[in-house]
Amino acid sequence: MKKAAVDENRSKDGSWLLGLAVLSALIFIVMPLCFDIFRLNLVGKYLTYAFVAVGLVLCWGQGGILSLGQGVFFGLGGYCMAMFLKLEASDPKSTAIQSTPGIPDFMDWNQLTKLPWFWQPFHSLTFTLIAVVLVPSLFAFIIGVAMFKRRVGGVYFAIITQAVAAILTILIVGRQGLTGGINGITDLKTLHGWDIRTNGAKYVLYFINAGLLVASLLVSKYITSSKLGRLLLAMRDKEERVRFSGYDVSNFKVFIFCMAAGISALGGAMFTLQVGFMSPSFVGIVPSVEMVIFTAVGGRMSLLGAVYGTLLVNFGKTYFSESYPALWLLLMGGLFISVVMFFPNGLAGLYDQHLKKRVAAAGARFRAGRAAGLKTAPAGEPPGMEKTAATLPGGIPGKRTKGPKQPLETRP
Amino acid sequence: MTKGIGNTQKRFGNFIRGVVPAAILGALAAAYGADAKYPTAKVMTTGLAVTDNEVTVGILHSLTGTMAISETGSVEAEKLAIAQINESGGILGRKIKFIVEDGASDWPTFAEKARKLLVQDKVAAVMGCWTSASRKAVLPVFEKENGMLYYPTFYEGLEQSKNVIYTGQEATQQILAGLDWIAKEKKAKTFYLVGSDYIWPRTSMKIARKHIENVLHGTVVAEEFAPLGHTQFGSLINKIKLKKPDVVFAAVVGGSNVSWFKQLKAAGITADKQTLLTISVTEDEVLGIGGENLVGFYSSMKYFESLDNPNNKTFVPAFKKMWGPNSVIGDVTQAAYLGPWLWKLTVEKAGSFDVDKVAAASPGIELKTAPEGYVKLHENHHLWSKLRIGQWKADGQALVVYESGLIEPNPFPKGYQ
Amino acid sequence: MGGYTFSELGSIFVMQGFSGLSLFCVYLLMALGLAIIFGQMGVINMAHGEFLTMGAYTTYFMSKLAVDHFPALVGIYFPFAIILGFLIAFGMGYLLEVLLIRHLYKRPLDTLLATWGVSLVLQQVFRSAFGAREVSATLPAWLLGSVKPTETIDIPLNGLFMMGLTLVLSLLVFIFLFRSRWGLKVRATTQNRVMSGGVGINTKKVDRMTFAVGCGIAGVAGAVFTTIASTGPTTGSLYIVDTFLVVVFGGAASLVGTVASAFSIAQAQSVLEFFLTSSIAKVLTLLTVITVIMARPEGLFTIRVRK
Repeated sequence: MKKAAVDENRSKDGSWLLGLAVLSALIFIVMPLCFDIFRLNLVGKYLTYAFVAVGLVLCWGQGGILSLGQGVFFGLGGYCMAMFLKLEASDPKSTAIQSTPGIPDFMDWNQLTKLPWFWQPFHSLTFTLIAVVLVPSLFAFIIGVAMFKRRVGGVYFAIITQAVAAILTILIVGRQGLTGGINGITDLKTLHGWDIRTNGAKYVLYFINAGLLVASLLVSKYITSSKLGRLLLAMRDKEERVRFSGYDVSNFKVFIFCMAAGISALGGAMFTLQVGFMSPSFVGIVPSVEMVIFTAVGGRMSLLGAVYGTLLVNFGKTYFSESYPALWLLLMGGLFISVVMFFPNGLAGLYDQHLKKRVAAAGARFRAGRAAGLKTAPAGEPPGMEKTAATLPGGIPGKRTKGPKQPLETRP
Repeated sequence: MTKGIGNTQKRFGNFIRGVVPAAILGALAAAYGADAKYPTAKVMTTGLAVTDNEVTVGILHSLTGTMAISETGSVEAEKLAIAQINESGGILGRKIKFIVEDGASDWPTFAEKARKLLVQDKVAAVMGCWTSASRKAVLPVFEKENGMLYYPTFYEGLEQSKNVIYTGQEATQQILAGLDWIAKEKKAKTFYLVGSDYIWPRTSMKIARKHIENVLHGTVVAEEFAPLGHTQFGSLINKIKLKKPDVVFAAVVGGSNVSWFKQLKAAGITADKQTLLTISVTEDEVLGIGGENLVGFYSSMKYFESLDNPNNKTFVPAFKKMWGPNSVIGDVTQAAYLGPWLWKLTVEKAGSFDVDKVAAASPGIELKTAPEGYVKLHENHHLWSKLRIGQWKADGQALVVYESGLIEPNPFPKGYQ
Repeated sequence: MGGYTFSELGSIFVMQGFSGLSLFCVYLLMALGLAIIFGQMGVINMAHGEFLTMGAYTTYFMSKLAVDHFPALVGIYFPFAIILGFLIAFGMGYLLEVLLIRHLYKRPLDTLLATWGVSLVLQQVFRSAFGAREVSATLPAWLLGSVKPTETIDIPLNGLFMMGLTLVLSLLVFIFLFRSRWGLKVRATTQNRVMSGGVGINTKKVDRMTFAVGCGIAGVAGAVFTTIASTGPTTGSLYIVDTFLVVVFGGAASLVGTVASAFSIAQAQSVLEFFLTSSIAKVLTLLTVITVIMARPEGLFTIRVRK
């Protein structure tokens, strides 16, 4: 299993980039051309969930860590962004009717007379952008260290993440003076004076979101095809053996869990920007599990599959809930059961089984034709894609050093 | 609705297609009147879904998920009101067509569907939302796309928008008169406040506390909030027993509400020993709690199914005819029923479906046929309404023991913040 | 707490102890079935709450039947509702095992997901079949109200009934597991599946039975909970996270652990709630549980066996 997976991974690298190109074309070109801004904004919203699904592929598919609380990180990222936007929306002028102008409206209703300390730094956009990724990653780090160092895993870990989600929801809902409570942080308007509610802004945000998603996919791919990725797979399948080989398993787990959290948080922040609010309903258990469904449908091992799975399930949700609301939940549940039972590798698995050979054959024909006719592109990839592949490691220097370095450090 | 004379074949064709046989007479008057007096180009200038004989509205509630429990009644009431309006000739001679969207108890979905209704379907008005969270989620959408929302639930106040008509009570309308009554009637001096831990109970309890301390000169012996979905109230009930308050003032919601009342009863806290006033129990909740667990406790609402007035006596049978003899009508269901009617009167006053004109024409609209009795729209887009105290009976109906005069809505109450 | 007489404080103390015990019973009733299944197969059944809902609806329909057609039976239908609740949940559990769970034994995390799907489907089925609204079973008079041993003490009757039932049920489970031939097989399979198969135990049959019994117990819990809580399509989900925590806190494969963990969590929650607000009490309890699991990753009680 382990060896097969690794080999498969390697041989897949080339066609993976082709797959990414297809997906990018779909997201960047086809969808904006086919949909009006209303539908496109919806797609943008779905794509923010795809961040979480990609994170889950990393920690669940690759690392074997099933977290039923990824919504926590999505939510934290979203809240960080929302805090900045809310502060900007509550300038002293537009909140002049409040008893304390200049603080968010919900604080005023809860008799707060000054901004709480942890809100202060969110006046700065730079701080916010850092916090969006850093706060959730740090939180994941704390949970990860606490759990993985003590070798809490499997079902136990899944339950713990649910408890964490429950705690956070209670706190956010209960401390409404500080957090906006159950209504969340709403009525967000501008980002540094730029109105995020206009159609133009929605287009821009959609493309930023899509760009970030592709970047996350590349980083994730880099991790999974590095030595770290192989170690993760090995660890998922036989944790003890990896440990006995001298690796500190928990460090890898913590790292990948933080990665997944950081990526999810990006999605959360983009969600806030595109939808215009953030509410504690994302931090809860139900959305967290739904995002696991997206991943499972796409294929828990496949980064690209996760994106397709997310899009498919959400399109289904919107379509069916518009026409047959009751049917939708049955369908969703049924989908979940059947994916787990019959297609454990999801869409990606189906693709591998049925379509891959044909696509490969078609690709070979295409290549042969091109080689004969044009004598270019010897690798068979569109030239642009090759470039992407080459710039990838250089583009993310931190990851490059971190990936291979960690195993070396922990080797005795 | 004046009678006009249709003179062309085309109009007659429209008329045949657009009319439901059951309402031929009323529609006859309306359909002809419409074309003569209210040409579409005149009554609608902003691209809304209005044709010569139809106008489209949206119904936006949770049909699935945890909130479906509460919102089903509102959807039923809104459909009834629309059917009745259509039977009586429609609005400016146009039938109301509705599109139902499911918010699925999920706030982003509410925002998404609200956008769909306004941007894609171009509905002239939306009847919908239930929880404050869903309203807060759709509010920016309604303000941005300039839509009109009729919101039925009693809520915490602290909000006012050109694009929303609040047909339920804001917090002071529901709380102050109720507390006044109970303080006077039961000579109550000490109050124990209990609520679920979220914005509506917290804001309500805040207003209640100010009123008890500053106006009634009583004491709040404790203020307690249980997390949403809480099922065990044993410890809380013991605290109440220890403090022995004159009145327990409660705003627990959802599944917790059932646990709360069942466990109160089991712990021996019944109406003969303890006065309890709640602002979160309507006929809908009684179905789940069981009348026997509520006997003798008081609810503070603007409407009860058992209200004895001519309007209500035609409304209740009509509702049961449409939705079955076992259906019940709670406060919010009645408030939801007002939405389409208020909108009809406003549109007719404005002579236009355009949102700006409807919003401007809203203040001062009077609805004399409301099941709760006469209501009037205030400048702040809330309703003037009465407050009633109902005492629950074992059969799940309330005995109305007190009725106030019309209370002015005041969503930003000075001195209560 | 000034201003209270000694006897008043004493009464509160007694009643507070009692409410802690009732909470303990609630947790134990929910967790017992889950713990048996988890211990036996390492499967967390996310649809456990929906089996509880089945028991609750069974009770509701029995009460409706009694009220509408056999008014004379209103006083005595309740025990039958409990038994029927058990049977229905047992049957559905058996079916679920045959159709779904047995295909997934090698993949415990996947079972967790598949049963989540089952719970979604069941919730919607309840909603479509019985309506989205909550319902309320008409309870026999002997379950309502309280007994008063002294002037200031009220002991809820339904709490007493629940305690009695929990005791009986726990005893039955204990006998089933530790004093019966069947239990011997179950314990053998729990400790070493392969060896048990080797000595001729039909482990598949054992699994099926254990799963069904676990679900049946949830059905009983559901029937009893109609006396203290709501009955609606999503009733089960109100309890589920707490229940999972009780089970993982107690440790797999140990019923004693489950009892101990239900007891400690219930007491902690109940006492904290008395002195703090419910929300904070809940947060503190959950945090404590997480911390303890950190210290003892396999739960409070574990059986050390060679795998």
